[in-house]
Amino acid sequence: MLSLYDGSLDVPSILKEWYEEEATSNYGAYIPFVGTVRSEDGIDGLSFDVYEPILELWFSSWQEKAKEKGAKIKMAHSKGDVLLHESSYIAAVFSPKRRVALEFIDEFVEDFKASAPIWKYDLKNGQRIYAKDRSTAISGSGLLA
Amino acid sequence: MVRVEFLGPIQKEALELEITNLNELAKILQADAEVSDWLESCAVALNDTLVTSLEAPLKDGDKISLLPPVCGG
Repeated sequence: MLSLYDGSLDVPSILKEWYEEEATSNYGAYIPFVGTVRSEDGIDGLSFDVYEPILELWFSSWQEKAKEKGAKIKMAHSKGDVLLHESSYIAAVFSPKRRVALEFIDEFVEDFKASAPIWKYDLKNGQRIYAKDRSTAISGSGLLA
Repeated sequence: MVRVEFLGPIQKEALELEITNLNELAKILQADAEVSDWLESCAVALNDTLVTSLEAPLKDGDKISLLPPVCGG
């Protein structure tokens, strides 16, 4: 399940919702990762653009990989502005046993960082500045150069 | 016509072009000062699927997207 929200995420509510959705699914492990905006470099917050068609395809391919291991992934992400100490990202893996979920959450979040079509901007002094130095070119970039 | 969209931080309006393959698009964009500096770091999608070859044929109604470096989370 992939959910996008305008602005910051209501973390307790989303984690509770996911917990309740799978309460009787017989998963032994529920491992969430929550990403929260930290105060650094004088930013007021972060802002995000999301390209949904490719994000959905990317997420579906991971859901298939999870299914092969008897696991399930859920993910929530913000669109637009998210201020300091608010959260913009939650990923969670449910699996029968903890080892699969622990390994899967690591692989999933790493690939998310490298491949998911989401662009981050710093909010600073009333401006929205592309976080170019912290961004990663998607594998295969440069085809048209 | 093929529609070319520039995603995320690339400040450029979409283009409608009469092109039949990505080689033609590469030549057009390399000559475009607004976007040429982005090309080295951009991935390319054809109808929302990432492509790895310039030889993919294009047809009327296709959509191409340029995806600059990403940073979700």
